Amino acid sequence: MAALEEGFTLSAVPLGAGPHGLLGVEQSDKADQFLVTDGGRTVILYKVSDQKPLGSWSVKQGQIITCPAVCNFQTGEYIVVHDNKVLRIWSNEDVNLDKVFKATLSAEIYRIHSIQGAEPLVLFKEGAVRGLEALLAEPQQKIETVISDEEVIKWTKIFMVFKHPVLIFITEKHGNYFAYIQKFNSHTLSKYTLVLGQEEKSVIQSFTASVDRKFISLMSLSSDGCIYETLVPIHPSDPEKDQRVVRSLLLKTVVSDDARNGVALTVLDQDHVAVLGPPLPSSKECISIWNTKFQTLQTSKELSQGTSGQLWYYGENLFVLHGKFLMVIPYKCEVSSLAGALGKLKHSQDPGTQTVPHFVNWETSRGHRLGSQNSEQSKRILRRRKTEVNVQNPASKQLLSAIKKDSEKHIEEELCKFLAIKPTPDFNTIIGDIVSELLGRHKAEPSFYPRNSLMQLIQTHVLSHSLCPGLMEAALEKADVQVLQLCLQQFPDIPETVTCACLKIFLSISDGSLQEAEINMESVSDYSDSVQEEKMEEQTEVLHNGFNAEEENCGNCDRELNKKPQDAAEETMSCPVIPKRAALLNAILHSAYSEMFLLPHLKDIPAQHVTLFLQYLYFLYLKCSENATMTLPGLHPPTLNQIMDWICLLLDANFTVVVMIPEAKSLLLSLYKFVKSQICICSELNKIEVSFRELQKLNQEKNNRELYSIEVLELF
Amino acid sequence: MGEFKVHRVRFFNYIPSGIRCVAYNNQSNRLAVSRTDGTVEIYNLSANYFQEKVGCEDGSVKLFQITPDKIQFERNFDRQKSRILSLCWHPSGTHVAAGSIDYISVFDVKSGSAVHKMLVDRQYMGVSKRKCIIWGVAFLSDGTVISVDSAGKVQFWDSATGTLVKNHLIANADVQSIAVSDQEDSFVVGTAEGTVFHFQLVSVTSNSSEKQWVRTKPFQHHTHDVRAVAHSPTALISGGTDTHLVIRPLMEKVEVKNYDAALRKITFPHRRLISCSKKRQLLLFQFTHHLELWRLGSTVATGKNGDTLPLSRNADHLLHLKTKGPENIICSCISPCGSWIAYSTTSRFFLYRLNYEHDNISLQRVSKMPAFLRSALQILFSEDSTKLFVASNQGSLHVIRLLEGSFKHLHTFQPQSGTVESMCLLAVSPDGNWLASSGTSAGVHVYNIKHLKLHCTVPSYNFPVTALAIAPNTNNLVIAHSDQQVFEYSIPDKQYTEWSRTIQKQGFHYLWLQRDTPITHISFHPKRPMHILLHDAYMFCIIDKSLPLPNDKTLLYNPLPPTKESDVIRRRTAHAFKISKIYKPLLFMDLLDERTLVAVERPLDDIIAQLPPPIKKKKFGT
Repeated sequence: MAALEEGFTLSAVPLGAGPHGLLGVEQSDKADQFLVTDGGRTVILYKVSDQKPLGSWSVKQGQIITCPAVCNFQTGEYIVVHDNKVLRIWSNEDVNLDKVFKATLSAEIYRIHSIQGAEPLVLFKEGAVRGLEALLAEPQQKIETVISDEEVIKWTKIFMVFKHPVLIFITEKHGNYFAYIQKFNSHTLSKYTLVLGQEEKSVIQSFTASVDRKFISLMSLSSDGCIYETLVPIHPSDPEKDQRVVRSLLLKTVVSDDARNGVALTVLDQDHVAVLGPPLPSSKECISIWNTKFQTLQTSKELSQGTSGQLWYYGENLFVLHGKFLMVIPYKCEVSSLAGALGKLKHSQDPGTQTVPHFVNWETSRGHRLGSQNSEQSKRILRRRKTEVNVQNPASKQLLSAIKKDSEKHIEEELCKFLAIKPTPDFNTIIGDIVSELLGRHKAEPSFYPRNSLMQLIQTHVLSHSLCPGLMEAALEKADVQVLQLCLQQFPDIPETVTCACLKIFLSISDGSLQEAEINMESVSDYSDSVQEEKMEEQTEVLHNGFNAEEENCGNCDRELNKKPQDAAEETMSCPVIPKRAALLNAILHSAYSEMFLLPHLKDIPAQHVTLFLQYLYFLYLKCSENATMTLPGLHPPTLNQIMDWICLLLDANFTVVVMIPEAKSLLLSLYKFVKSQICICSELNKIEVSFRELQKLNQEKNNRELYSIEVLELF
Repeated sequence: MGEFKVHRVRFFNYIPSGIRCVAYNNQSNRLAVSRTDGTVEIYNLSANYFQEKVGCEDGSVKLFQITPDKIQFERNFDRQKSRILSLCWHPSGTHVAAGSIDYISVFDVKSGSAVHKMLVDRQYMGVSKRKCIIWGVAFLSDGTVISVDSAGKVQFWDSATGTLVKNHLIANADVQSIAVSDQEDSFVVGTAEGTVFHFQLVSVTSNSSEKQWVRTKPFQHHTHDVRAVAHSPTALISGGTDTHLVIRPLMEKVEVKNYDAALRKITFPHRRLISCSKKRQLLLFQFTHHLELWRLGSTVATGKNGDTLPLSRNADHLLHLKTKGPENIICSCISPCGSWIAYSTTSRFFLYRLNYEHDNISLQRVSKMPAFLRSALQILFSEDSTKLFVASNQGSLHVIRLLEGSFKHLHTFQPQSGTVESMCLLAVSPDGNWLASSGTSAGVHVYNIKHLKLHCTVPSYNFPVTALAIAPNTNNLVIAHSDQQVFEYSIPDKQYTEWSRTIQKQGFHYLWLQRDTPITHISFHPKRPMHILLHDAYMFCIIDKSLPLPNDKTLLYNPLPPTKESDVIRRRTAHAFKISKIYKPLLFMDLLDERTLVAVERPLDDIIAQLPPPIKKKKFGT
């Protein structure tokens, strides 16, 4: 999961006073040290981890720095250009820029590129490129013109491809954009025309690029707020010819389209880009991380004091001018695990049952999700992944066609036929297709709800929530507790939101409608059948376990309870919910979850339902504590840990609410007493330990007998 | 074999002193242990041996130059405000790290000035504690300083920058000691909870060169503070307030998994603190600063094996003799007749005459002891109580004739030329003709008392002698060694006896050799010349030389009395070693007369009951 960490301000001095903000942030030859070139006259070397400047250099009054300072990685010296033509080269020890090496060139410089493993390259405004060494040997040499009149360089970047530098620069002329690629191993320059496509009118506001073996992937942020990607080949088929490259939409509307300035884009890694700009027309500027593969917003951070629309990224840090100060925002992209995404694993797996293949077919699910989205993006999907809907066997074909029009009854019959066939390797994807087909029809005609077919499909054990996300949604809509229970039992990957939605339905559904539903009751055993009297006895034992109800220190709160202990006991003895609801709630208790994701959703449950659920959990706990093994009777009962975890979760999420409800008071008191009794037990055990030690001592003394005795010994 | 009345004595109120410091020397494989009463014990890790010295404590670091014969004060470092509780040299000798209260100082040896002062966090479980005492420091050759402190922390410091590198919180109580292995790849710390933790330098991942210190093994062999630890190449050694010295071999370093790889716990001293007057049935107990004289009780009843007989008279505490001055008692002895008591401290020798008038005793100090009798390592009276033998710490042996209330110096046996080894074990023959003496490593010397000359020297053996005795009539010298071998040497014949040769040929039973406490006393039965009585801390044994020797297949220890029908088998399986493990821990056992034994036990629980309470740890709840 990509994340932005808490940023910090790098400089105490206001920067970006010039009209163009900062000129640049460049790496120096030492890790963690960066050269910041202010628009005015200064270059400052910062150590980022220490948040302090290591050195600062300025040009004379009247001179102006025109191109960001860079570090020559081969010599460790710094290079800056002032007044377009004057090169200055200095090292860390130099104090005054006026006194350092100076070279005046014959043409105006656009930018100096320096990259690890190569000599610095100088890009002139006319498009020519020279190595620094050659240039210094003969500063006044003639510089040729490469680009045409009125063509202006907008952006440039350098890469190392196979140990050789490759330079790309983008020019603009009358709203048309051209990309030039200069290779230095073969000294070839190729020119490409960027075809903007339908969005002809939009102005490109920011560029970024990354490189793989064959292509430079050029990303551009246009004034319509979308990010486009253009693949520019590094090795052109025909270098001489003017070639055209097409751009395609990568991300839609990442920034507001009326943002005129303060918009920037930089690529972070293969799948992530950072975008600077206001996400909505009226909102403040934000820095956001987007995942281009899944087209999701990963994280964002508001920059309330405005930015200069410039963004740099080196190593793990994003540099941004926030207000007047340079801000460093560490960026982390951690490898996410599937287990983390699925939440807690299910605890118990019945040894008898066949293990459910916890395999989630991501390809299928993604295809479904993206396919249902905008048709604009389908182009991209096809380009990226040429997989096709697999060839299906005739039975499934027949079934799929039946689903489209036939009655529920007929579909059921067809499904039975299909399931009777021996499963093929792609069985689960076909099942997924069938389910989504069924759900598709259900969406189109709401009266169509083939519950029996769905239940049959769920029981094939191959479905998961991610394979058919619509299934539980539909069941929730229909309040179909039967299907929901099945899903909870079968699916390994139900999101916490859905679990919680199920819980809400299970708690709120009327007893009447529950009576009609056919619910699997194996997790519920008849709690009321055993001998009542015996239970009562045990019950009081539980209440008094390490805790004396008559104890004085219980305070006033217990008085009320003490008045009618009989009532309380009776109240807790009968199950607060009907068995069918209990079975449903047990399904929830069995389901896998991750506390962090579940807690916020639990807060949405109405107070009386929370109370009911708590009562039920408390009842289960009391049942558990009736026997020595602390387990519940039945085939698949919730475990004590599950019960305790859920009690804690519910109380954590709804504590303030529960405290306010009068009905919950007695319950809370009982829980409080329970915790207190546990503490008492522990302290009593500690006391007993001391007593035991005394006993042990007594025992030893007994063994020791007297200090002196005369005994008879016979040796054999 | 025999039936005895055993005086079972448990009123010897001996408390070993807590261990304060341990130091291990790799070359000699010896361990020095200092106790809170100021004694220093040297353990040979293949045996055990004893010496005495004294230590002191002050407020500054003093540099002493150690020359072969003296310790010379060289320099005072910058004085620190508070006490210095721990010190460690950098292996190169250029720097010294000193642990104090709340900080650690690093001194430059050349200039004597403090280079760094590293402040230690006082926080203890989030609460600010009064003071954080640096109980121990270790200086590694790469400049890392490891400190252990009273807040339960083990901290790693970079002495070049004076910064904290790593912090391990390992205990809720003080961490009191630290010792690093010679290879600097492992170290051991001891806590006030009695736990010892082993830290090792291990690779972060397999086949990675990056290494880090990891806490690997906890050991809980102590109930009280572990005040001192040492690290030998193969074992972790720890000692503390509970007085046990624990040697825990590191299994990964032990090549042969034999009995040496077993955990050793040494609690009792490997020397005699008790002497006995057979004639008057008196026991003399030696404590650090006093002596106690007890008279044993008596009974007229008889009984069968295992019976406790009713006492007609209980044991009496006759005398409590306090030493003058702060010095510890090194050795003491009561004469067989019960009329003389002699003891020695590090610098003075005392001799007392006891007079018995019915139930009253009077004590009279013999004054004007000669100047050469300053300090003794061992004192012995002859069987008829007319002669006193004193082994001085310079290696000479003095023979003194005792008269009524006075004495006369007869002779001094000077140490053999070239040896400075002092004698610490003495034995005299009952007829008074022979005196045997033994040091730590060289052989046993036998002197002829009549002619006052050296008679012979028993060839030296690899392991130190732990006990010596000369048998009546035969004048056979029985020698027990720390490797559990027992030799019998005929003094008149100047050679090992036939029996001794036989047992050396056949070898001792493996269980006999695996005992881990040494034999501390040997005695003989006046009427049964074939019997040798000996004991260690956990068993008492009568060796009957007339019976066949046991081999490794026979049962060495058989506590069950034989039934009648198995008499034949018993006779067939009977062997020379008759062992009783009834009395333990056994500090002393001797034969009072033909049918009476005295056994002095010191139950561990009695010692523990008198120690300060350990840090209480809750077992239940949080």
